[in-house]
Amino acid sequence: MKLMLENGEIFHGKNFGAKIKEQTLLSELVFNTAMTGYQEVITDPSYCDQSIVMTYPMIGNYGISNDDYESLVPSCKAVVAKEFCETPSHWNSGSSIKDFFLSHNIPALMGVDTRKIVRILREQGSMKAVFAEDNVSDTVLADALKEQLATNQIRRVSIKSPTHFPNRGAKRIVLLDFGYKKNILNLLIEKEMDVIVVPWNTTIEEINNYKPDGVVLSNGPGDPKDLHEVVPTVRQMQELYPMFSICMGHQVFALANSCDTHKLKFGHRGVNHPVKDLASGKVFITSQNHSYSVDPNSVEGTQLEISQVSLNDNTVEGLKHKQYPAFSVQYHPEASPGPSDTMFLFDNFIHTVKGA
Amino acid sequence: MALDKTIKKVLVIGSGPIVIGQAAEFDYSGTQAIESLKEEGVEVVLINSNPATIMTDPEVADKVYMEPLEAEFIKKIIFKERPDGVLPTMGGQTALNLALELAREGFFEKEGIKLLGVNLKTIEDAEDRELFKQLMAKIGEPTPESKSVECLEDALKFVETTGYPIIVRPAFTLGGTGGGIASNEEEFKTIIGSALKNSPINQCLVEKSLAGFKEIEYEIVRDSKDNCIVVCNMENLDPVGIHTGDSIVVAPSQTLNDREYQMLRDASLKIVRSLAIEGGCNVQIALDPKSQNYYIIEVNPRVSRSSALASKATGYPIAKVAAKIALGKTMDEITNPITGSTCACFEPSLDYIVVKIPRWPFDKFQKAQRRLGTQMMATGETMAIGTNFEEALLKAVRSLEIKRPHLWITEAHDFNKSELKAKINEQDDDRIFYIAHALRIGVTTHELHELTKIDLWFLEKIKNIISLEERVKSEDLHPELLHELKRRGFSDYAISTLKDVDIEFVERKRKEHNIKPVYKMVDTCAAEFTSQTPYFYSTYADENESIPSSKDSIIVLGSGPIRIGQGIEFDCATVHAVKAIQEMGMDAIVINNNPETVSTDYDVSDRLYFEPLHLEDVMNIVELEKPIGVIAQFGGQTAINLVQGLEAKGVKVLGAAHEIVDTCENRQSWEKFLTNLKIAQPLGLTATSLIQAKEKAKELGYPLMLRPSYVIGGQAMQIVYDQDELQSYFSEIAESNSEILMDRYMIGVEAEVDAICDGKEVFIPGILEHIERAGIHSGDSFAVYPPQTISEKALNQMVEITTKIAKNLGHIGMINIQFVIKKNEVYVIEVNPRASRTAPFLSKVTSEPLAKIATKAILGISLSEQGLTPGLKEPSPYVSVKAPVFSFAKLKAVDTALGPEMKSTGEAIGRDIDMKRALEKAFRSAGINVPTCGTILVTLADKHKTETIPLLQRFHECGFNFLATEGTAKELSLHGLPVRTVAKIGQSDTDLLSEIKKGQVDLILNTITKGKNVESDGFKIRRAAADNGTICLTSLDTANALVQAIEMRVLKALE
Repeated sequence: MKLMLENGEIFHGKNFGAKIKEQTLLSELVFNTAMTGYQEVITDPSYCDQSIVMTYPMIGNYGISNDDYESLVPSCKAVVAKEFCETPSHWNSGSSIKDFFLSHNIPALMGVDTRKIVRILREQGSMKAVFAEDNVSDTVLADALKEQLATNQIRRVSIKSPTHFPNRGAKRIVLLDFGYKKNILNLLIEKEMDVIVVPWNTTIEEINNYKPDGVVLSNGPGDPKDLHEVVPTVRQMQELYPMFSICMGHQVFALANSCDTHKLKFGHRGVNHPVKDLASGKVFITSQNHSYSVDPNSVEGTQLEISQVSLNDNTVEGLKHKQYPAFSVQYHPEASPGPSDTMFLFDNFIHTVKGA
Repeated sequence: MALDKTIKKVLVIGSGPIVIGQAAEFDYSGTQAIESLKEEGVEVVLINSNPATIMTDPEVADKVYMEPLEAEFIKKIIFKERPDGVLPTMGGQTALNLALELAREGFFEKEGIKLLGVNLKTIEDAEDRELFKQLMAKIGEPTPESKSVECLEDALKFVETTGYPIIVRPAFTLGGTGGGIASNEEEFKTIIGSALKNSPINQCLVEKSLAGFKEIEYEIVRDSKDNCIVVCNMENLDPVGIHTGDSIVVAPSQTLNDREYQMLRDASLKIVRSLAIEGGCNVQIALDPKSQNYYIIEVNPRVSRSSALASKATGYPIAKVAAKIALGKTMDEITNPITGSTCACFEPSLDYIVVKIPRWPFDKFQKAQRRLGTQMMATGETMAIGTNFEEALLKAVRSLEIKRPHLWITEAHDFNKSELKAKINEQDDDRIFYIAHALRIGVTTHELHELTKIDLWFLEKIKNIISLEERVKSEDLHPELLHELKRRGFSDYAISTLKDVDIEFVERKRKEHNIKPVYKMVDTCAAEFTSQTPYFYSTYADENESIPSSKDSIIVLGSGPIRIGQGIEFDCATVHAVKAIQEMGMDAIVINNNPETVSTDYDVSDRLYFEPLHLEDVMNIVELEKPIGVIAQFGGQTAINLVQGLEAKGVKVLGAAHEIVDTCENRQSWEKFLTNLKIAQPLGLTATSLIQAKEKAKELGYPLMLRPSYVIGGQAMQIVYDQDELQSYFSEIAESNSEILMDRYMIGVEAEVDAICDGKEVFIPGILEHIERAGIHSGDSFAVYPPQTISEKALNQMVEITTKIAKNLGHIGMINIQFVIKKNEVYVIEVNPRASRTAPFLSKVTSEPLAKIATKAILGISLSEQGLTPGLKEPSPYVSVKAPVFSFAKLKAVDTALGPEMKSTGEAIGRDIDMKRALEKAFRSAGINVPTCGTILVTLADKHKTETIPLLQRFHECGFNFLATEGTAKELSLHGLPVRTVAKIGQSDTDLLSEIKKGQVDLILNTITKGKNVESDGFKIRRAAADNGTICLTSLDTANALVQAIEMRVLKALE
């Protein structure tokens, strides 16, 4: 199997996963620096249509567990690692990562210099990449790279109809699904919330009908600007309910308040990102996965204020509404994978919900 | 909180001499911390009694006190220097215990001095087993069922409820001295006894054993704003039951899923927060391999061996950051020096795997009990980096330098499956090699897992290595296979041996297919950000990231893992060589694999290659860097052993050509050389068989000193007094067909010289006189500078001989020559054309940076251009004594009697205006508390009795009385000495061993039965002393030195 990057660089390796169905497989190529949590990463819907290079060189060591799916059907296109493990060892492993790739039709390229790929992406930015079996000629790959990448991933990963996770006697949360990670839902349920997960394009009227006590905007794949039709809904929701927005939700929250977003050179993907809370001065280690970011200059003069910034590159990591009980973070407080440093944000939110 | 501007001057407490459990890692962390404090504009005062350290170099701290690490001296320094704060978290358990002692008596408070990085309550909460358990219970973190006990009865009561196995951990000790695992009552009683004895507060923890659990460590840094990060987690390949210092360790963890990783991360952070540590901290956790249950094992509220490993494994400089935190800075205010662009408040991400393997001293102590347990026995460690486990493991194995360049063990060849399993069950230092061999003969990974509880993941990887071995044997060396072998860490040597072809054949094949390693950067961030730090490891991949600079460069070979005979001294010399090269405007490149040392710090050299010191690995770097030359004379025998191979490959070795090494080591050429120069040496011959040896012995006459050629630190060296002993030497020690050097053993004063030759002139900074007479290894001798008893004539003769030898050898750089002086005549015993163990000591006491001068000489700057006058330098007005330091309490069944084979692990210094004062300090620096009264057990060989009487009289005048068995007792009382008679071993319940065990003896003089017989009384006495922490001297010369120190102390007390 081989991989051609948009810059023309070719990498030859072995396919450890499923056969590529078409002649070529085109996707955006991004990298993740987490050393554990490959299953959570690969099943995170925010990777929809992307291929993931794992910087950690040995992936699959502890197999695949029934407890660690962030979505049941992974939506990434392919996975690249230096090496995948054929002989996993863990008491909670149900199957090997090989079986997982095969059953979900994910090609997995191994034996390539992943650090070299990462250095290219770091210097030249995330880019298109095409995978093919060795017998496909390089010209075919080069042609494939000329194709446009798909957009509007959220339409595909979002839930198709509302789903209720009843929790008796508790406050009700509507989770607006842009491609939510399972652990967001799990945490809300664990904290005794009655949760209704609704499709991304649910109208404000429908949401009002659920009589929620609070709203959570989830993470999700792609460009927040694909979600222009959600913006007015969000603008109305923040006036009515305590609102907590994560990742894609955070970006939509920003757009709803007249801020702007832009694409980062190579994004933030990993579980070691330091974020500083401007009010307390404290630093949290966060789990991140995003290509887009809120433009800090665009926040000035709006109803939002920047509450948290990245210590790596000063990008916006948290926003807070000046008037309404609405706040957002660019990272993943639900972790999974990654540190639980900011899980207390769920408690903060629920505290507001209960007080409201 | 920002930088505390009120702290302008800080006293840093070092860790003292190197002992097992506390080694070079504290020179590394201390040096880094001092530099970090100075960056913040703080004036730094240092106390450390170990002269063989970089941290005690004059240019590191602003002021250095090489004094004993005792409260008394720390107080004196504080009164004199008036620092604003004391930093005790960089000097291991030694510094922490001292801080605790002073804090408890309210000294810091009284003097208005801040204790930085830690507080009294933190130390007590973390180190007192009972308080720690209470704290864990309070914050809801589980600890194993356990109880702190102060006597055997309570301990036994605890066992009634839990059953065996039980772990015993003494409180407040280094590396778990005196502890262990007991599986029955008998073992339990023994271990409790030694644990209580070894604990300074006579307390130990008895704990239900978690043997078989995964042992996981987290390295945490916390600042005053409560920001907390994990620098690295590590997984022990060897499950709970083997001390982490004796375990093979990987970083990051390999078999934990994210849920477990985060669960244990959360627990670690919670603990560090509850202890309010500001700085580095290490948390050890036992994780059930079959569930998410875990137990907290222990916490080290300071930087440690593990944090040194974590720093080298990730690139993140824990000590540097911790020192700034101690001054009040927070991590977001500190730049990550590795990337130069991000801040220190983040968690490193690795895109490789690190394997650490301990280095044990059992090559020296063949009779030692080698079963690994809760008491650490390793003297050092080696680390290797790779992109897969197999690669990192095999690189680490090569780096060990134990004559096993691959996972091979010849001892296993005759074993069948069940014998092998039994051997694996012994759980000794060779276990990993036996496991590999078991897989080779068809034992399954599951069987091995049952036997060892080592996770199947590791076993499968080792099996993968074995499967590749099979492929080498059965397939052609086609490019695909060759590539796979190299990717998995196989050396050309291993491949050629497996294939039974010349190594050149493999090299050629490899080069034909352009299979060569690339170098990747250790950058803390898995390449996410651009990094500036030139810290590299090799792997087989596409892209090479190490770009040689346009400047001229020199490669300095390091000395690998610390072992007896090759310690931190060589790392000091390596670092000095690097500095000298840089001062000359060239790039200094270091190759080394020891994670504990300063030489492998990221900012010491211009480019650091963390690689095995194995010819192939070194050559790969030479081919990439194309240096002007390679310097080998500072890396001990490790580097010297590479010289011949490098020269054969056309590499320019600067300063120690193989020809010169060979002249010195080859008996015949050496004799010829000395005879030509008319220099005397003890008569000597060589033999390769017992028959030959017997004949030659007749020619020379007994006693004889025997040793194999090409050895480190007197390994396998022995004095034999008759033919029987000669015979047993050949049957037990001499490897077949190896050349044995036989010298007439001369009893006289020993002295040694370290000199530097620039090819024309010879500069001798100083001469060291040994206190013990010849026959005791120079590394184990007390030594004094300047010489106190050697005549002017003999000194001149030594200078003359040294000059003659260095010049005539054509050697450039450092040379060490050992002499014996008998009847005012000087004989040469040994010449080493390289930096010696004593170089750092002499550098410190003569104020001449020997290794730097030598490096510059090697690079063409003559001694006169360096402003040095040839000949012996005028001695310093101070007297400096070097004291050897031993780690016998940690090594079971090792004979502590000194002889020609080196046994010490470290050294300490005592310096003062005269010999007696210097001696007193030296003993105290070495941890011998110079008692001024008490009971001395005297057990002497008959030949020593008369000679000893005047010595004992001096002890008596100081306030000692004596204990001896009948014969000796009679002799003593004849001379009017107060002596109590005690029964010989086994003759009564209250025999002399029981006196030692009961703590009735303060000091032992023992010169009897120095044979290797474990059953001998002498051996039993010496072991009882080591196990009970009683001082035991086996040389009358040392005793003579001690009595001088005692006299000094008594005198001082009277003043």
